[in-house]
Amino acid sequence: MLEISGLTKRYGDGEPVLSNLDLNVKGQNIVSIIGSSGAGKSTLLRCINRLVEPSSGSIKLNSLEITSLSGKALREARRKTGMVFQGFNLVDRLTVMENVQAGRLGYISTWQALSRRYPQADIQRAYELMERVGIAHYANQRADQLSGGERQRVGVVRALMQEPDILLCDEPTASLDPRTSEQIMVLLRTLAEELALPVIINIHNVAEAKEYTDRIVGMRFGKIIFDDVPTSLDDKAMNDIYSGTPASDRLSTETTQGAVHHA
Amino acid sequence: MPSEMRHWKKPPTIENPIVRWGIYSAIVIYLAVTIPTLPINWPRVMEGIGRASQIFNGAFPPSFERSELLIDGFVESLRIAVLATVFGVGLSVPLAFLAARNLSPMPVYILGRGIIILARSFHPVIVAILFVKAVGFGPLAGVLTLIVYSIGFVAKMLAERIEEIDFGQVEAMRATGASRILIIFYAVFPQIIPRQVGLSIYQLDSNLRASAVVGIVGAGGIGSTLANAFGRYDYDFALAITMVIVGVILISEGISGQIRKRYA
Amino acid sequence: MPNKDAINAQWHRYSPTQRMQRYGLFLLTGLIIGWATTSIEVVWEWVWTAPNQIADLFARMAPPDPRNLDSILSVLWETVNIATIATFLAVLLALPVAYISAQNTTPNRATLWLGRFILVSSRSINTIIWALLFVAIFGPGVVAGIVAITFRSIGFIGKLLGEAIEEIDRRPVEAMEATGAGRSKVVLYAIIPQVVPTFWAVAILRWDINLRESTVLGLVGAGGIGMVLQGAIDTFNWPEAATVLLAILSLVIIGEAISAFLRQRII
Repeated sequence: MLEISGLTKRYGDGEPVLSNLDLNVKGQNIVSIIGSSGAGKSTLLRCINRLVEPSSGSIKLNSLEITSLSGKALREARRKTGMVFQGFNLVDRLTVMENVQAGRLGYISTWQALSRRYPQADIQRAYELMERVGIAHYANQRADQLSGGERQRVGVVRALMQEPDILLCDEPTASLDPRTSEQIMVLLRTLAEELALPVIINIHNVAEAKEYTDRIVGMRFGKIIFDDVPTSLDDKAMNDIYSGTPASDRLSTETTQGAVHHA
Repeated sequence: MPSEMRHWKKPPTIENPIVRWGIYSAIVIYLAVTIPTLPINWPRVMEGIGRASQIFNGAFPPSFERSELLIDGFVESLRIAVLATVFGVGLSVPLAFLAARNLSPMPVYILGRGIIILARSFHPVIVAILFVKAVGFGPLAGVLTLIVYSIGFVAKMLAERIEEIDFGQVEAMRATGASRILIIFYAVFPQIIPRQVGLSIYQLDSNLRASAVVGIVGAGGIGSTLANAFGRYDYDFALAITMVIVGVILISEGISGQIRKRYA
Repeated sequence: MPNKDAINAQWHRYSPTQRMQRYGLFLLTGLIIGWATTSIEVVWEWVWTAPNQIADLFARMAPPDPRNLDSILSVLWETVNIATIATFLAVLLALPVAYISAQNTTPNRATLWLGRFILVSSRSINTIIWALLFVAIFGPGVVAGIVAITFRSIGFIGKLLGEAIEEIDRRPVEAMEATGAGRSKVVLYAIIPQVVPTFWAVAILRWDINLRESTVLGLVGAGGIGMVLQGAIDTFNWPEAATVLLAILSLVIIGEAISAFLRQRII
């Protein structure tokens, strides 16, 4: 269970990116966070695993206060928090298996990491997960030889290798074409159910958010202004979340961003 | 979950095992054979540790007492570098035309390339000792050496630039009935001048660095001053010279970088 | 682009200010060249006889004398070993230097400046000057040569590798940090794989350069073929000097071919 209260983040003396934000995620929910670019979605996600340092507030994951951790304790908390990225963030020149095993870096010794002698149980688990998402036959390929959808599957397996208590997904489909993007959403949804895993997904594509998630959180200017089941997200709520963003952008941010990013 | 056990090993970088083990054993054999057979006088090397501290004690603090000698040496290095750049770049331009495949007939091209390869292959210090023997100690040998050095770099780069020119302009000029010289002036020069300016400034910087070195074998400039200081065990003066060389190189690198960024 | 006024006016390539700037630049260049030419301490008679002297030198070299070819080749092999072993050492030593002189991996300000200091002093002091120092320390011989080339190469390799580290893709680093990996594992998995190609390219390039540099070490007593060359020149044995020069020429050309081949295979 994730409990965020009074979370504020500001860079330097600027306007806060997140201001006094509260959010609870209980049980195995799939929660999507929507909002225009710059609303603070990415920062919020990165505060949860402290890739971004919160300015103030409290974040508790299964009653453990994350914000006060440092050193080894922080690394142990991070390994229980899986993350999937918009740009996949794979290491191109390593094999798919090495990328997947990178999810175990928090568990294995430096010597095991260096010599690539991974524990047999980890290899077994990696093959099972890769088979589950359909990439097992790529184990010895270099990561940069895979297509976008396959790369994101590697990203998902890497995160699941951590045996996480929660999965954070930062625009996991924004770099993918519409069909692949749907496949990834379906995959995340079914994996979450199979593994009884709470998932938080930042997403630009509102249609996908409505279809594949249980709860939608709308953000604007670093605050949560909508938090309800997808069916309650009506035009008025949409307008509140995206007002000021031209209608054409709302539909196309998704694809154009992906295209630019990929190019 | 009783699924089959699957193992994984990182695939080797070199797939063919014979090639792989061949390379590994070649490296091991090379090191095992080479290192012990190097002609090393170990007792003398061990002595070096004591000598090092002696030298460093002698070098600190650096002595700027004979700064006149230092400044003279530097000014001479600067002169050598300037003259070598002017003549080196001047000679490089025609040579680059000879060595450009798209403008020269084959025998001329081979001659041009040959000169460039010859100029590039020998370290300036080797060229310097030959010139010192031929024309005597002093800055003249330095200038001649660095002319050769400049040709090796500038003519090569320039020839490559000429080979990349847009040939359409040359043909347009030919169509107007212009002579070969005019074509070179109006269709080729405008295309290579920016590169030429950049190369010249870069080469001036390189020549200044190299002029400090060729002096060590007697070709004038600050290098001669440094070699003398070392020869007379004046380590404090040698350190002062080295510090000034490093300083000047950094400044000259900065200036040449700025100029090239702005104009080339 | 022609504008209306220009149609009636004479055509000029440059505007008046541009022209003044160009004249100023030409004048300045001319003055510098004039200063350098007139004040240099050169005996001008020597300049006019220089072509003859040089031609005479080459005439005395022909034909090259191959009688000592065996010993020349064995010293040439020693030269290769100096370059290779020094490159090997320099690569190992340059790794930590690159790590502390890259802004995104250096532990703190102090280490960053230490790294940069090492790079600058190594790079700005030529191999020959390093060799002078190490001959004074270790005495004449290959050790001084190996150490001199190593010292010079650390700066070169360290600088290029440090720049490669600064230019890596940040995203894998972020991903590794998110898995709870410590510093050393992040370096192993996210940084090293990204700089491996640069590493090999730089190492090969430097080996090629070191081959050339090691041919001159002997002139200051630091081992290798340069010593033989010096000996031949000092005794006015020009035909043997010619053989040595040809040996050096072939070494450099073969070295260039090998490094081109390796570059192509590895990268």
